[in-house]
Amino acid sequence: MNGVHDMGGMHGMGPVEYEDNEPVFHARWEARTFALNCLMRAWKRWNLDRSRHAIERIPAAEYLRMSYYEKWFVGLVGLLLESGLVSRAEIESGAPRAEEAKATPPTTAEQAVATLSRVGSPRRDASVAPQFHRGQPVRARNLNPAGHTRLPRYARGRLGTIDRDHGVFVFPDTHAHFLGEKPQHVYSVRFAARELWGESASPRDAVYVDLWDDYLEPA
Amino acid sequence: MAQAKHDHQEVPSDLALRVKALESVLVEKGLVDPAALDALIDTFEHKVGPRNGARVVARAWTDPAYRQRLLADGGSAIRELGYGGTHGENLVVVENTRHVHNLVVCTLCSCYPWSVLGLPPVWYKSAPYRSRAVIDPRGVLREFGLDLAEDVEVRVWDSTAELRYLVLPERPAATEKLTEDQLAALVTRDAMIGVAKVSP
Repeated sequence: MNGVHDMGGMHGMGPVEYEDNEPVFHARWEARTFALNCLMRAWKRWNLDRSRHAIERIPAAEYLRMSYYEKWFVGLVGLLLESGLVSRAEIESGAPRAEEAKATPPTTAEQAVATLSRVGSPRRDASVAPQFHRGQPVRARNLNPAGHTRLPRYARGRLGTIDRDHGVFVFPDTHAHFLGEKPQHVYSVRFAARELWGESASPRDAVYVDLWDDYLEPA
Repeated sequence: MAQAKHDHQEVPSDLALRVKALESVLVEKGLVDPAALDALIDTFEHKVGPRNGARVVARAWTDPAYRQRLLADGGSAIRELGYGGTHGENLVVVENTRHVHNLVVCTLCSCYPWSVLGLPPVWYKSAPYRSRAVIDPRGVLREFGLDLAEDVEVRVWDSTAELRYLVLPERPAATEKLTEDQLAALVTRDAMIGVAKVSP
Protein backbone atom coordinates (compact mmCIF):
# COMPACT_ATOMS: atom_id res chain seq x y z
CA MET A 1 0.00 0.00 0.00
CA ASN A 2 1.15 3.52 -0.75
CA GLY A 3 1.10 4.38 2.95
CA VAL A 4 2.88 7.01 4.98
CA HIS A 5 5.11 4.24 6.38
CA ASP A 6 6.84 4.16 2.98
CA MET A 7 8.78 7.33 3.73
CA GLY A 8 12.10 6.94 1.92
CA GLY A 9 12.87 10.24 0.17
CA MET A 10 10.15 12.32 1.83
CA HIS A 11 10.84 15.84 3.08
CA GLY A 12 9.35 17.66 6.03
CA MET A 13 9.89 15.11 8.79
CA GLY A 14 12.25 17.37 10.73
CA PRO A 15 15.77 16.83 12.06
CA VAL A 16 17.06 13.52 13.40
CA GLU A 17 16.75 13.71 17.19
CA TYR A 18 19.52 11.94 19.07
CA GLU A 19 19.41 10.84 22.70
CA ASP A 20 22.68 10.20 24.53
CA ASN A 21 22.89 7.01 26.58
CA GLU A 22 19.46 5.95 25.44
CA PRO A 23 17.89 3.10 27.46
CA VAL A 24 16.63 -0.01 25.64
CA PHE A 25 13.08 0.84 26.77
CA HIS A 26 11.83 4.21 28.03
CA ALA A 27 9.01 2.76 30.13
CA ARG A 28 7.86 -0.64 31.35
CA TRP A 29 4.81 -0.63 29.08
CA GLU A 30 7.16 -0.37 26.08
CA ALA A 31 9.06 -3.46 27.24
CA ARG A 32 5.82 -5.39 27.88
CA THR A 33 4.44 -4.37 24.47
CA PHE A 34 7.64 -5.51 22.76
CA ALA A 35 7.64 -8.89 24.51
CA LEU A 36 3.90 -9.49 24.01
CA ASN A 37 4.32 -8.90 20.28
CA CYS A 38 7.22 -11.34 20.07
CA LEU A 39 5.63 -14.11 22.12
CA MET A 40 2.08 -13.96 20.75
CA ARG A 41 3.52 -14.79 17.34
CA ALA A 42 4.24 -18.28 18.71
CA TRP A 43 0.50 -19.04 18.29
CA LYS A 44 1.14 -18.83 14.54
CA ARG A 45 -2.18 -17.10 13.87
CA TRP A 46 -0.27 -14.50 11.89
CA ASN A 47 3.24 -13.98 10.55
CA LEU A 48 5.83 -11.21 10.58
CA ASP A 49 4.58 -9.76 7.29
CA ARG A 50 1.04 -9.63 8.66
CA SER A 51 2.22 -7.84 11.80
CA ARG A 52 4.10 -5.26 9.71
CA HIS A 53 0.95 -4.75 7.66
CA ALA A 54 -1.12 -4.31 10.84
CA ILE A 55 1.07 -1.31 11.70
CA GLU A 56 1.00 0.07 8.15
CA ARG A 57 -2.80 0.09 8.25
CA ILE A 58 -2.86 2.56 11.15
CA PRO A 59 -4.41 5.73 9.64
CA ALA A 60 -1.67 8.04 8.35
CA ALA A 61 -2.21 10.92 10.78
CA GLU A 62 -2.23 8.50 13.73
CA TYR A 63 0.85 6.68 12.40
CA LEU A 64 2.83 9.92 12.38
CA ARG A 65 1.59 11.01 15.81
CA MET A 66 2.11 7.72 17.67
CA SER A 67 5.34 6.67 19.34
CA TYR A 68 7.01 3.50 18.09
CA TYR A 69 5.69 1.12 20.73
CA GLU A 70 2.25 2.69 20.67
CA LYS A 71 2.11 1.56 17.04
CA TRP A 72 3.23 -1.92 18.12
CA PHE A 73 0.45 -1.99 20.71
CA VAL A 74 -2.25 -0.90 18.26
CA GLY A 75 -0.94 -3.40 15.69
CA LEU A 76 -1.03 -6.24 18.23
CA VAL A 77 -4.59 -5.45 19.31
CA GLY A 78 -5.65 -5.54 15.66
CA LEU A 79 -3.98 -8.93 15.15
CA LEU A 80 -5.54 -10.38 18.31
CA LEU A 81 -9.01 -9.25 17.25
CA GLU A 82 -8.79 -10.44 13.64
CA SER A 83 -7.36 -13.79 14.71
CA GLY A 84 -10.12 -14.27 17.27
CA LEU A 85 -7.65 -14.99 20.08
CA VAL A 86 -9.18 -12.12 22.08
CA SER A 87 -12.51 -10.30 21.77
CA ARG A 88 -13.08 -6.57 21.89
CA ALA A 89 -15.12 -7.03 25.07
CA GLU A 90 -12.19 -8.78 26.74
CA ILE A 91 -9.77 -6.04 25.75
CA GLU A 92 -12.11 -3.31 26.95
CA SER A 93 -12.97 -5.02 30.25
CA GLY A 94 -9.49 -6.38 30.92
CA ALA A 95 -11.08 -9.69 31.93
CA PRO A 96 -11.48 -12.96 29.99
CA ARG A 97 -14.81 -14.51 29.04
CA ALA A 98 -15.82 -16.63 32.02
CA GLU A 99 -16.95 -19.74 30.14
CA GLU A 100 -13.67 -20.37 28.32
CA ALA A 101 -11.15 -23.09 29.25
CA LYS A 102 -7.70 -21.73 30.01
CA ALA A 103 -5.09 -22.34 27.31
CA THR A 104 -1.46 -23.32 27.86
CA PRO A 105 1.10 -20.75 26.72
CA PRO A 106 3.17 -22.17 23.84
CA THR A 107 6.39 -20.69 25.22
CA THR A 108 7.99 -20.98 28.64
CA ALA A 109 10.54 -18.56 30.07
CA GLU A 110 13.33 -21.00 29.15
CA GLN A 111 12.14 -21.16 25.55
CA ALA A 112 11.39 -17.46 25.11
CA VAL A 113 14.55 -16.37 23.34
CA ALA A 114 14.82 -19.52 21.19
CA THR A 115 11.18 -19.07 20.16
CA LEU A 116 11.97 -15.66 18.82
CA SER A 117 14.39 -17.08 16.26
CA ARG A 118 12.46 -20.27 15.50
CA VAL A 119 9.02 -18.83 14.84
CA GLY A 120 8.52 -17.58 11.35
CA SER A 121 12.01 -17.74 9.87
CA PRO A 122 11.41 -16.33 6.39
CA ARG A 123 14.20 -18.17 4.53
CA ARG A 124 13.21 -21.24 2.52
CA ASP A 125 15.31 -24.14 1.23
CA ALA A 126 12.98 -24.58 -1.75
CA SER A 127 14.83 -25.06 -5.04
CA VAL A 128 13.48 -22.07 -6.89
CA ALA A 129 15.42 -20.89 -9.93
CA PRO A 130 16.63 -17.28 -9.76
CA GLN A 131 15.17 -15.04 -12.46
CA PHE A 132 18.18 -12.71 -12.45
CA HIS A 133 21.94 -12.96 -11.99
CA ARG A 134 24.65 -10.86 -10.47
CA GLY A 135 25.61 -7.87 -12.60
CA GLN A 136 22.37 -7.97 -14.61
CA PRO A 137 20.63 -4.64 -15.26
CA VAL A 138 17.05 -4.68 -13.98
CA ARG A 139 14.14 -2.31 -13.58
CA ALA A 140 11.98 -2.26 -10.45
CA ARG A 141 8.44 -2.77 -11.67
CA ASN A 142 5.85 -0.01 -11.31
CA LEU A 143 3.56 -1.82 -8.90
CA ASN A 144 1.06 -0.10 -6.60
CA PRO A 145 -0.69 -2.85 -4.66
CA ALA A 146 -3.30 -1.76 -2.11
CA GLY A 147 -2.09 -4.51 0.26
CA HIS A 148 1.28 -5.20 1.86
CA THR A 149 4.44 -4.81 -0.19
CA ARG A 150 8.14 -4.28 0.50
CA LEU A 151 8.84 -2.51 -2.78
CA PRO A 152 9.39 1.11 -1.72
CA ARG A 153 7.87 3.81 -3.90
CA TYR A 154 11.17 5.58 -4.50
CA ALA A 155 12.56 2.52 -6.33
CA ARG A 156 9.57 1.81 -8.59
CA GLY A 157 10.30 2.20 -12.28
CA ARG A 158 14.00 2.83 -11.60
CA LEU A 159 16.96 1.12 -13.25
CA GLY A 160 19.39 -0.81 -11.10
CA THR A 161 21.90 -3.66 -11.15
CA ILE A 162 21.76 -6.98 -9.31
CA ASP A 163 24.55 -6.73 -6.72
CA ARG A 164 24.04 -10.12 -5.05
CA ASP A 165 21.56 -12.97 -4.71
CA HIS A 166 20.58 -13.67 -1.08
CA GLY A 167 18.70 -16.91 -1.71
CA VAL A 168 15.05 -17.84 -1.38
CA PHE A 169 12.56 -16.16 0.96
CA VAL A 170 8.79 -16.06 1.41
CA PHE A 171 7.08 -13.32 -0.60
CA PRO A 172 5.59 -10.63 1.68
CA ASP A 173 2.87 -9.46 -0.73
CA THR A 174 1.09 -12.83 -0.57
CA HIS A 175 2.33 -14.01 2.85
CA ALA A 176 0.91 -10.97 4.67
CA HIS A 177 -2.54 -11.77 3.30
CA PHE A 178 -2.40 -15.53 4.01
CA LEU A 179 -2.27 -16.20 0.25
CA GLY A 180 0.74 -18.50 0.33
CA GLU A 181 4.51 -18.21 0.70
CA LYS A 182 5.33 -17.98 -3.02
CA PRO A 183 9.07 -18.48 -2.22
CA GLN A 184 11.46 -16.68 -4.56
CA HIS A 185 14.92 -15.13 -4.70
CA VAL A 186 15.78 -11.87 -2.99
CA TYR A 187 18.57 -9.69 -4.37
CA SER A 188 20.38 -6.57 -3.28
CA VAL A 189 19.76 -4.23 -6.18
CA ARG A 190 22.11 -1.27 -6.56
CA PHE A 191 20.47 1.97 -7.69
CA ALA A 192 22.70 4.94 -8.49
CA ALA A 193 21.69 7.91 -6.31
CA ARG A 194 21.23 10.00 -9.49
CA GLU A 195 18.86 7.41 -10.97
CA LEU A 196 16.68 7.76 -7.88
CA TRP A 197 17.01 11.45 -7.03
CA GLY A 198 18.26 13.24 -10.13
CA GLU A 199 21.27 15.38 -10.89
CA SER A 200 21.52 16.99 -7.46
CA ALA A 201 22.59 13.66 -5.94
CA SER A 202 26.25 12.69 -5.66
CA PRO A 203 27.50 10.92 -8.81
CA ARG A 204 29.29 8.31 -6.70
CA ASP A 205 26.61 7.33 -4.24
CA ALA A 206 24.14 4.46 -4.43
CA VAL A 207 21.20 2.94 -2.55
CA TYR A 208 20.95 -0.83 -2.25
CA VAL A 209 17.40 -2.16 -1.94
CA ASP A 210 16.54 -5.80 -1.21
CA LEU A 211 13.97 -6.87 -3.80
CA TRP A 212 12.17 -10.12 -4.66
CA ASP A 213 11.97 -11.63 -8.18
CA ASP A 214 8.36 -10.49 -8.57
CA TYR A 215 9.37 -6.85 -8.06
CA LEU A 216 11.83 -6.88 -10.96
CA GLU A 217 11.94 -7.07 -14.74
CA PRO A 218 14.92 -7.30 -17.11
CA ALA A 219 16.15 -3.94 -18.34
CA MET B 1 20.93 16.52 14.40
CA ALA B 2 18.95 17.80 17.37
CA GLN B 3 18.92 16.52 20.91
CA ALA B 4 15.84 14.40 21.52
CA LYS B 5 13.09 16.24 23.35
CA HIS B 6 11.80 12.97 24.77
CA ASP B 7 8.49 13.45 23.00
CA HIS B 8 8.24 9.69 22.67
CA GLN B 9 7.76 9.39 26.42
CA GLU B 10 4.73 11.65 26.45
CA VAL B 11 2.17 9.02 25.62
CA PRO B 12 -1.54 9.21 26.24
CA SER B 13 -1.84 8.73 29.98
CA ASP B 14 -3.94 5.63 29.68
CA LEU B 15 -1.58 3.73 27.35
CA ALA B 16 0.38 2.11 30.17
CA LEU B 17 -2.95 1.01 31.68
CA ARG B 18 -4.20 -0.35 28.36
CA VAL B 19 -1.04 -2.42 27.94
CA LYS B 20 -1.40 -3.71 31.48
CA ALA B 21 -5.04 -4.66 30.87
CA LEU B 22 -4.13 -6.47 27.65
CA GLU B 23 -1.36 -8.41 29.36
CA SER B 24 -3.79 -9.40 32.15
CA VAL B 25 -6.31 -10.76 29.68
CA LEU B 26 -3.66 -12.70 27.75
CA VAL B 27 -2.16 -14.15 30.93
CA GLU B 28 -5.55 -15.08 32.41
CA LYS B 29 -6.56 -16.78 29.18
CA GLY B 30 -3.33 -18.78 29.27
CA LEU B 31 -2.13 -17.27 26.00
CA VAL B 32 1.17 -15.98 27.35
CA ASP B 33 3.44 -16.77 30.30
CA PRO B 34 4.48 -13.60 32.19
CA ALA B 35 7.80 -15.24 33.08
CA ALA B 36 8.49 -15.65 29.36
CA LEU B 37 7.84 -11.93 28.89
CA ASP B 38 10.29 -11.19 31.72
CA ALA B 39 12.92 -13.47 30.18
CA LEU B 40 12.66 -11.84 26.77
CA ILE B 41 12.87 -8.33 28.21
CA ASP B 42 15.86 -9.31 30.35
CA THR B 43 17.64 -10.68 27.28
CA PHE B 44 17.26 -7.47 25.33
CA GLU B 45 18.04 -5.21 28.27
CA HIS B 46 21.09 -7.10 29.50
CA LYS B 47 22.42 -9.77 27.13
CA VAL B 48 21.93 -8.76 23.51
CA GLY B 49 23.26 -5.38 22.46
CA PRO B 50 26.00 -3.50 20.61
CA ARG B 51 28.74 -5.08 22.72
CA ASN B 52 28.07 -8.26 20.71
CA GLY B 53 28.64 -6.43 17.45
CA ALA B 54 31.74 -4.73 18.84
CA ARG B 55 33.29 -8.12 19.59
CA VAL B 56 32.58 -9.24 16.02
CA VAL B 57 34.23 -6.10 14.64
CA ALA B 58 37.29 -6.41 16.88
CA ARG B 59 37.75 -10.05 15.85
CA ALA B 60 37.51 -9.08 12.17
CA TRP B 61 40.16 -6.38 12.70
CA THR B 62 42.61 -8.76 14.34
CA ASP B 63 41.98 -11.99 12.40
CA PRO B 64 42.08 -11.63 8.59
CA ALA B 65 40.65 -15.11 8.01
CA TYR B 66 37.70 -14.29 10.28
CA ARG B 67 37.18 -11.01 8.46
CA GLN B 68 36.91 -12.92 5.18
CA ARG B 69 34.42 -15.41 6.64
CA LEU B 70 32.40 -12.53 8.12
CA LEU B 71 32.13 -10.70 4.80
CA ALA B 72 31.33 -13.91 2.92
CA ASP B 73 28.67 -15.21 5.35
CA GLY B 74 27.86 -12.95 8.29
CA GLY B 75 25.37 -15.36 9.88
CA SER B 76 27.86 -18.23 10.13
CA ALA B 77 30.68 -15.99 11.30
CA ILE B 78 28.76 -14.45 14.21
CA ARG B 79 27.67 -17.92 15.28
CA GLU B 80 31.38 -18.74 15.78
CA LEU B 81 31.34 -16.12 18.56
CA GLY B 82 28.10 -17.47 20.03
CA TYR B 83 25.76 -14.88 18.54
CA GLY B 84 22.75 -15.65 16.43
CA GLY B 85 19.13 -16.41 17.09
CA THR B 86 16.66 -13.63 16.24
CA HIS B 87 17.26 -14.37 12.57
CA GLY B 88 21.00 -13.71 12.87
CA GLU B 89 21.51 -16.23 10.05
CA ASN B 90 20.47 -13.52 7.60
CA LEU B 91 23.20 -11.08 8.60
CA VAL B 92 25.11 -9.29 5.85
CA VAL B 93 28.28 -7.41 6.82
CA VAL B 94 29.38 -4.48 4.65
CA GLU B 95 32.88 -3.08 5.01
CA ASN B 96 33.93 0.55 5.18
CA THR B 97 37.20 1.48 3.49
CA ARG B 98 38.97 4.71 2.64
CA HIS B 99 36.87 4.84 -0.53
CA VAL B 100 33.52 3.38 0.56
CA HIS B 101 31.23 4.37 3.43
CA ASN B 102 28.17 2.24 4.25
CA LEU B 103 25.01 3.41 6.01
CA VAL B 104 22.09 1.21 7.14
CA VAL B 105 18.41 2.21 7.26
CA CYS B 106 14.96 0.67 7.10
CA THR B 107 12.73 3.13 5.26
CA LEU B 108 9.58 0.97 5.55
CA CYS B 109 9.65 0.09 9.27
CA SER B 110 12.49 -0.57 11.73
CA CYS B 111 14.50 -3.61 10.57
CA TYR B 112 17.80 -3.78 12.45
CA PRO B 113 20.39 -6.49 13.22
CA TRP B 114 19.09 -7.50 16.67
CA SER B 115 21.52 -10.43 16.99
CA VAL B 116 24.56 -8.15 17.05
CA LEU B 117 23.20 -4.69 18.02
CA GLY B 118 20.13 -5.43 20.14
CA LEU B 119 17.06 -3.22 19.68
CA PRO B 120 17.38 0.00 17.65
CA PRO B 121 17.53 3.50 19.17
CA VAL B 122 14.51 5.78 18.73
CA TRP B 123 16.22 7.96 16.10
CA TYR B 124 16.83 4.95 13.84
CA LYS B 125 13.09 4.16 13.89
CA SER B 126 12.03 7.79 13.48
CA ALA B 127 10.49 9.45 10.41
CA PRO B 128 13.35 11.97 10.00
CA TYR B 129 16.05 9.28 9.70
CA ARG B 130 13.96 6.86 7.64
CA SER B 131 12.90 9.54 5.15
CA ARG B 132 16.26 11.27 4.73
CA ALA B 133 18.90 8.52 4.89
CA VAL B 134 18.23 7.42 1.29
CA ILE B 135 17.81 10.84 -0.37
CA ASP B 136 20.37 12.84 1.60
CA PRO B 137 22.81 10.46 3.32
CA ARG B 138 25.65 12.98 3.30
CA GLY B 139 23.45 15.60 4.95
CA VAL B 140 22.36 13.14 7.63
CA LEU B 141 25.97 12.10 8.23
CA ARG B 142 27.05 15.74 8.56
CA GLU B 143 24.45 16.17 11.31
CA PHE B 144 26.04 13.20 13.06
CA GLY B 145 29.38 15.00 12.77
CA LEU B 146 30.73 13.01 9.84
CA ASP B 147 31.72 15.07 6.80
CA LEU B 148 32.74 12.69 4.03
CA ALA B 149 35.05 13.70 1.19
CA GLU B 150 33.58 13.87 -2.32
CA ASP B 151 35.76 10.96 -3.47
CA VAL B 152 34.20 8.61 -0.92
CA GLU B 153 31.33 6.50 -2.29
CA VAL B 154 28.34 6.36 0.06
CA ARG B 155 26.36 3.13 -0.06
CA VAL B 156 23.01 3.18 1.72
CA TRP B 157 21.50 -0.23 2.55
CA ASP B 158 17.71 -0.11 2.81
CA SER B 159 16.62 -3.18 4.82
CA THR B 160 13.47 -3.89 2.81
CA ALA B 161 13.68 -7.71 3.10
CA GLU B 162 14.78 -10.11 5.86
CA LEU B 163 18.49 -9.46 5.43
CA ARG B 164 20.01 -7.50 8.27
CA TYR B 165 23.00 -5.24 7.77
CA LEU B 166 26.01 -4.56 9.98
CA VAL B 167 28.72 -2.09 9.04
CA LEU B 168 32.30 -3.22 9.60
CA PRO B 169 33.95 0.15 10.36
CA GLU B 170 37.50 1.07 9.44
CA ARG B 171 40.04 0.27 12.11
CA PRO B 172 41.45 3.55 13.42
CA ALA B 173 45.11 4.37 12.89
CA ALA B 174 47.66 3.81 15.66
CA THR B 175 45.78 0.96 17.31
CA GLU B 176 48.26 -1.78 16.41
CA LYS B 177 49.23 -2.36 20.02
CA LEU B 178 45.69 -2.72 21.35
CA THR B 179 44.30 -6.12 22.28
CA GLU B 180 41.08 -7.47 20.80
CA ASP B 181 39.22 -6.50 24.01
CA GLN B 182 40.63 -2.99 23.91
CA LEU B 183 39.63 -2.64 20.28
CA ALA B 184 36.11 -3.87 21.01
CA ALA B 185 35.78 -1.15 23.65
CA LEU B 186 36.34 1.50 20.94
CA VAL B 187 33.57 0.25 18.66
CA THR B 188 30.26 2.10 19.03
CA ARG B 189 26.72 1.20 17.99
CA ASP B 190 26.62 4.26 15.75
CA ALA B 191 29.77 3.15 13.87
CA MET B 192 28.16 -0.22 13.18
CA ILE B 193 25.04 1.49 11.75
CA GLY B 194 27.31 3.73 9.70
CA VAL B 195 26.52 7.15 11.18
CA ALA B 196 29.94 7.46 12.84
CA LYS B 197 33.55 6.36 12.50
CA VAL B 198 35.52 4.61 15.21
CA SER B 199 37.89 6.97 17.01
CA PRO B 200 41.14 5.72 18.56
